[in-house]
Amino acid sequence: MAERLAATDVTAVFRGFQQAVQRDRDLLTDLDTAVGDGDHGTNLDRGMRAAVEALDATPPDTPGAVFNLVGRRLVSTVGGASGALYGTAFLRAAKAAGAAPELDAAGFAAVLRDATTGIAERGKCAAGDKTMYDVWTAASAAADAALGDGLAAVLAAASIAADAAEQQLVPWQARRGRASYLGERSEGHRDPGAVSSRLLFDCFAAWAAA
Amino acid sequence: MKRLYNSPDTVVSEALEGMALTHPELLRLAHDPTYVARVDAPVADRVAVVSGGGSGHEPMHVGFVGPGMLSAACPGELFTSPTADQVEAAVRAVDAGAGTVLVVKNYSGDVMNFEMAAELLAADGVETETVLVADDVAVEDSTYTSGRRGVGATVLVEKVCGAAAARGDSLAQVAELGRRVAARSRSLGFALRAGTVPATGRRSFELPDDEIEFGVGIHGEPGRERRPMEPVDALVDRAMAAICADFDPGVLTGEVLLFVTGLGSATPLECSIVARRAVRELDRRGLRVARNLVGSYMTSLDMLGVSLTVLVLDEQLAELWDAPVHTAALRWGA
Repeated sequence: MAERLAATDVTAVFRGFQQAVQRDRDLLTDLDTAVGDGDHGTNLDRGMRAAVEALDATPPDTPGAVFNLVGRRLVSTVGGASGALYGTAFLRAAKAAGAAPELDAAGFAAVLRDATTGIAERGKCAAGDKTMYDVWTAASAAADAALGDGLAAVLAAASIAADAAEQQLVPWQARRGRASYLGERSEGHRDPGAVSSRLLFDCFAAWAAA
Repeated sequence: MKRLYNSPDTVVSEALEGMALTHPELLRLAHDPTYVARVDAPVADRVAVVSGGGSGHEPMHVGFVGPGMLSAACPGELFTSPTADQVEAAVRAVDAGAGTVLVVKNYSGDVMNFEMAAELLAADGVETETVLVADDVAVEDSTYTSGRRGVGATVLVEKVCGAAAARGDSLAQVAELGRRVAARSRSLGFALRAGTVPATGRRSFELPDDEIEFGVGIHGEPGRERRPMEPVDALVDRAMAAICADFDPGVLTGEVLLFVTGLGSATPLECSIVARRAVRELDRRGLRVARNLVGSYMTSLDMLGVSLTVLVLDEQLAELWDAPVHTAALRWGA
């Protein structure tokens, strides 16, 4: 099993994420229609297509450069909260990855920690607010806990934790983002950003398992 | 369904091209990233005023670009905030070195993207001040929500900031006046029928014939409360009661500005009927409607409904409201 992520590997993960978002675009949009403004699927799909196009046009040579390119494309094409939050997460990831040619388990966990902090700062959200941050913070904690077992184990643990966190949020009341306007009416709905975040962590795990 | 769209994908871009083609003396449309600026910007020694938000609320914001109001507007995709690059590019295009006031409606996406733009601009020495508009009394303002939504007061903030900038006020003064308008305004909207999303051709929510969404948002999100339909006078009274009850004690006295905006499908006839009752209801509460704006200035695609805003005036705000303005959607004295 692969124990290091090179630029081509991170690019492959983002390619997978783009395909997953495209596949689940209508699901994400329907979830957002129920609690928000019904554009999460179309917006993220547009952004990830632009990101993959940019990766194809000028393939970056470090994981940090991949995160940077994806972050910048999302910031400039998506708009809305999701563009700012995903964009900030990947730009912070890029900074944490620096110029390292590869990321090992510890490197990936550090990248994930900084990206997660970026989401909290940009969104001014905390754990329990029922946002994508709940999924990222769960994934990050699981990645840290699995550090000793290597990269594949870290990615698998992050994905499992992300899936569980997304499901755990469903009965909660949203306290940040547009869903919070619904008050108690947000209870019982899946959070669209949490679902798309879960897709991302699933893509990292799928890469590790391949 | 029959609509006047060539394609759902080009709704925003073609409407912007239409605005630019029909107002060449007023507007300049820039691409990659997209923004609309006054043709004569930057205006020397004057503070710039830039706003933006999701499209679908026309004529807000592009219709308010011009002398006496906005220096530039950044239209996002339908109901999606603009990107940080759009805001950054627009400010760079219109900032004359005197600083720029950013008028931001309180939605997570708008707040975050304008904040990112402000950070990028600050790193480059471009000074900005943000006026956050959060006037919708339908949303509880608590630590457990993202705070109130920005609705009708946005138009009033843009008018007052634009007038203050035109007369030569400093960045701090323009921002302070904008915050004063935001603080002294309260709004509430209700809808009888949701707007139709171009991409899907579907209404963003369905309402039975005998029900309304009271406290509705302008992005197709459902309101705070679904209520039985009532005669229009009763609905206006209910909205006014919610608006008036929300002001801090002692603030709501004297002269007010009443803003009634149709949300897309309300006819001018209906807007006047709403305004008639609103003026009488404010009068009954001992307030004088010294200024008003009635029409469709902030819409939500083809939503059938209205939004009401009350701004408590003072002498300076009234003077700035009366100051000349020349934009596609608002024009007087110029």
